[in-house]
Amino acid sequence: MYDYEDGKLDWLAAGLPSEGTNAERPRAGDVARKDVPTCRLDERLGDVRDRVREAGWDACVVLNEERVVFGLLRSKELETDPDRRIEEAMRPGPSTFRPFVSIEEMAAFMIEHDLDSSPVTTSDGRLVGLLRRQDAAKAALELHEREHHSDGGKA
Amino acid sequence: MPQPIDRDEVRRLVDRGAQLVEVLPPNEYEEDHLPGAISMPLRRLEKEARSSLDRGRPVVVYCWDSA
Repeated sequence: MYDYEDGKLDWLAAGLPSEGTNAERPRAGDVARKDVPTCRLDERLGDVRDRVREAGWDACVVLNEERVVFGLLRSKELETDPDRRIEEAMRPGPSTFRPFVSIEEMAAFMIEHDLDSSPVTTSDGRLVGLLRRQDAAKAALELHEREHHSDGGKA
Repeated sequence: MPQPIDRDEVRRLVDRGAQLVEVLPPNEYEEDHLPGAISMPLRRLEKEARSSLDRGRPVVVYCWDSA
């Protein structure tokens, strides 16, 4: 007999699939945008900004070689001196969230704390994607409407 | 004593036919469980393990975390 000591929390935090009633409801990891631009600490801000804008984004996640999140560049940071290195320009150590957190919880938290976007990471800090507040709010609203209607309007 | 294993080893064992057993209460199992896991809450484990599990295949038990 074997004991998976880290348990279900570890499994879900790694963004691995699960079964059950919650598995059918969207979570942070499902809604987070996987196509978010990323950059490295030693890049030049101007180069990163051009790349980010070309991709139609206003945010970029700073990663190391193992795809661990080190920082975040939002539009405010992207606007600064183009010759700065990313490690000087970024917001270091942003709050990150695990992929299994329910989308309603995420939407409420982001609205309450006025967060435009938040990185979603595995428990060892590797990037899953960037969750944008409008995406979280939209998904939470759609879920609410779906569940309300499927309940015959009794909610 | 069960042998402690990590997530990668769980996946390897399951690929080789291991049985996954969640020992948390049934309502927690219903909300979320590892793919293919069966529910056997701790208080029923001893009673049900012999009749429900295949003794010829490895068994991996888990709960919420290591705490």
